[in-house]
Amino acid sequence: MNTSVRNTARLLGAGLRALLVLTLLCGVVYPLAVTGVAQALFDDRADGSEITTEGEVVGSELIGQRYDLPKTDPADADEAPRPDLRWFQPRPSNGLGSNSVNPQYTLILSGATNRSGDNEELIRWVTDAKEAVVADNTAEGYRPRPSEVPADAVTSSGSGLDPHISPAYARLQVHRVAERNHLEVHQVEQLVRDGTEGRTLGFMGEPRVNVLRLNIGLKELAGS
Amino acid sequence: MSPEISGALQFLALAGSLALAYRPLGDWMARVYSSDTHWRPEKWIYKVIGAHPEAEMRWPAYLRGVLAFSAVGVLFLYALQRLQGVLPGSLGFRSIDPDQAFNTAASFVSNTNWQSYYGEQAMGHVVQTGGLAVQNFVSAAVGMAVAVALVRGFARSRTGELGNFWADLVRGTVRILLPVSVAGALVLVACGAIQNFSGIHEVGQFMGGTQEWNGGAVASQEAIKELGTNGGGYFNANSAHPFENPNPFSNLFEIFLILLIPFAMTRTFGKMVGSVRQGYAILGAMVTLWIGFTGLMMWTEFHHGGPAFDIAGGAMEGKETRFGIAGSSIFAVATTLTSTGAVNSFHSSYTGLGGGITMLGMQLGEIAPGGVGSGLYGMLVMAVIAVFLAGLMVGRTPEYLGRKIGTREIKFAACYILITPALVLSFTAAALALPTPADSMTNSGAHGFSEILYAYTSASNNNGSAFAGLNADTQWFNSTLGIAMLLGRFLPMVFVLALAGSLARQSPVPETAGTLRTEKPLFTGLLVGTIMIVAGLTYFPALALGPLAEGLAS
Repeated sequence: MNTSVRNTARLLGAGLRALLVLTLLCGVVYPLAVTGVAQALFDDRADGSEITTEGEVVGSELIGQRYDLPKTDPADADEAPRPDLRWFQPRPSNGLGSNSVNPQYTLILSGATNRSGDNEELIRWVTDAKEAVVADNTAEGYRPRPSEVPADAVTSSGSGLDPHISPAYARLQVHRVAERNHLEVHQVEQLVRDGTEGRTLGFMGEPRVNVLRLNIGLKELAGS
Repeated sequence: MSPEISGALQFLALAGSLALAYRPLGDWMARVYSSDTHWRPEKWIYKVIGAHPEAEMRWPAYLRGVLAFSAVGVLFLYALQRLQGVLPGSLGFRSIDPDQAFNTAASFVSNTNWQSYYGEQAMGHVVQTGGLAVQNFVSAAVGMAVAVALVRGFARSRTGELGNFWADLVRGTVRILLPVSVAGALVLVACGAIQNFSGIHEVGQFMGGTQEWNGGAVASQEAIKELGTNGGGYFNANSAHPFENPNPFSNLFEIFLILLIPFAMTRTFGKMVGSVRQGYAILGAMVTLWIGFTGLMMWTEFHHGGPAFDIAGGAMEGKETRFGIAGSSIFAVATTLTSTGAVNSFHSSYTGLGGGITMLGMQLGEIAPGGVGSGLYGMLVMAVIAVFLAGLMVGRTPEYLGRKIGTREIKFAACYILITPALVLSFTAAALALPTPADSMTNSGAHGFSEILYAYTSASNNNGSAFAGLNADTQWFNSTLGIAMLLGRFLPMVFVLALAGSLARQSPVPETAGTLRTEKPLFTGLLVGTIMIVAGLTYFPALALGPLAEGLAS
C-alpha cells in the first residue's frame, strides 16, 4: 500500500514538473517569441489592421461596424437601432452580444444567432430584413425586386462582425446612397467597383466589398 | 466563376498542398519517434522531469504516465481559472465558477476544447496563453504519443515494450508541434490575425465614439489550435472572427493545418511498420470519406433547403461573406472529421442535412483523418475490426500486419468502439428525460433534439464544436459534458494501449496465400464499409430523430 502511494506521488510529481516546464516553453517562450517577430515584421496587422483617416482611428479593416442613427433616447437600452441610410449598410448581426461576465468593460461579444433554417424567429428576421432592404433602398426611379436581394443582406454572419458585404448587396444600395448624399449614381457605382475585391488568386473565397473602406471613400466623395 | 467551381478548386488546392507535405512530414515524424538522439533542450526537460527517455515502458506504465500527466493538467488548469481573479495579467477578469472551470479544464486536457465560456469576456492573458494554449500543445502531443505506442505494438514482437511516454510527449511537442506552430502563427499574422498584449483598449469608430476591443496572443494560439486539432477559439466566434481568420487564404491555411498531421501520420505508421503501402491503404479510407463528406456538404449547403434559407435565397446565416458557402463547407467537414471543433461558420444554422453531416463525421469516431494521434489509433482499431469481419466471412483466424487478432485483441477493439456511442446515447437520453436540461435549447422540435445530441457527440468524441444555440453554461451541462469528455478521451486510450501491449508481445505469423492483403484497395473498401456500417447502425435511430427529420421536412 505504502509503496503504491509513494509511486503514485512520484508519478504525479513527474507529471507536474513536465507540465511546468512545457508551460514555460509553450505558454511563455512561444507566444512571446511569436509576438516579438510579429510586431517586428507586421506591426500594423498584429495590432488589428486599424484604419486612420484625418489623423483619427475609425476602426479596423477587419471588424464590421454599425452605421446607425443616434438613438432618440440614449438611456433606452432596448431602442431598436435605425440605420443611417446615408451610409452603406453592413449585414445584420443578430447574434452579437455584450459582455455579461466582467461588467466593468463594455466589450462586444462576437457570435452567431445559431438559429436553424426552420426556426420561427429566424424566418421572421429574414422576412423583415428583406422587406426593410427593399424599402430602404427604394430611391427615385429605382425599386429593387425582392428576388434581387442577396442572401448576405438578410442573414447574420458567423462572427456578427463580418466587415464585408457581397458586391450584389453593395450595388443594390447604390441608388439610395447616391440620392442621400446628392451624388450621381455613376459616381457611387464607380466607388463600389473600385472597392470590390475579387477572389484571392482568382479562386479562394468569395468576391466582397469592405463596408468601412467603402464608407470612407463615400465620405471623401461626398465631402469634395 | 461560379461559387461551386471556386469551391472545387479550393478543395483541390487544399488536397494538393496536403499531398506535398505528406511524405516529408510523415517521414520526419517517423524519425522523431524512432530517433536515438536527444536534442539539448530535450535533455534539460528530461532532467527537470526526472525521466529516463531510454527506459522502455510496458503498456501499464505508459498508461500511468498518460493518466498522471493528464490528471495534473486538469488540476492545474482548474486552479489557474479559479485563481484568475487574483493573478496579474488577467485584465481584471474575475475567477471562473467551479462547474465551468471543471468543464473547461476537462475540455482542454482531453483535446476537446468545448467552450461554455465566451473567450473575449472571461479569460485573461494568463489563462489563455499560459493555460489553455499550453494544453493545446500537450494534449495533442499525448494523442500522438498514444498513436505511436500502438504503431510500435504492431512493429515490435516478443516484447511488451512500447517506448517511453515522457520522451514521446517531449519530442512531439519540441520537434513537431512547436516548429510548425511558429511558422503557422507568422503566416496568420501576415494575413491579419492579431498578436499583441495590448489587453482591452478603445478603438475609434466611423460614426464617432469608440468600441472596446480585446487584444491578445491570438495568432500563436490559432496556429496550435488548428495544428493540434484542438479548436478552442480565443474569441467566442472562433475561426469566424476576423481577428482569428482574416481572409480566404488564412481560411484554407487553417484547414490545411487541421488536416496536416492526421493525414501525414499514416505515412509515419507505414514507415514504422516497414511498409508504406499499409499506410496508403489507411490513407485511402480516410481520403474517400473526406471527399465524400465534403461533396455532400457542398451539395446540401448550395441547395439550401430550409424555410428561412428559401426566403433569404441562400444558406448564409452564420457564414462569413469572405469564405462563402464553399469555404465554410470545407472547413465544417474538416473540423468534424477531425477532433478539432474549430468553426468558421455556425453549424446550428447549416441546413438540416448539413448539420447531420457534421454530426455523422464526429460519430464515425473522427478517423477520416481524425485528431492528431487519435485519428490514427481510431482508424487502426477500425482496421482490426475490419480484418476480424473479413476473417469471420472466410472462417480464418484474422491477422493484421503479421499479428493474430485473437480473442484478447478483439475484446479491446470492441470495447474501444463501444465506449463513445454508450456515452453519447446515454447522456443524450438522460438530458432529454430530465425536466430542466431541455430549457437550454434555443430551437425547438427536431433541431432542439439535435442541439443536445450534438453536444454529447461533440464532447464524447473530443471534438468541441457545438450547435451553439444550446446554452451549455449550466451546472448540468458543464458537469456531464466534462465527464463525457474525460471518459471519451481516456477510456479509449486504456484499450488502445492494452491492445498495443498485447500485439507487441506476439510473435509475427508468416504471411501465407490465405492472408488478407491489407495494403490493397480491396481492404480500403472493406474498411470504409466497416466504418459506415458500425457507426451508421449505432447512430442511425438518433440521427433520424434529429437532422434527418429536419432535412427531409424542408
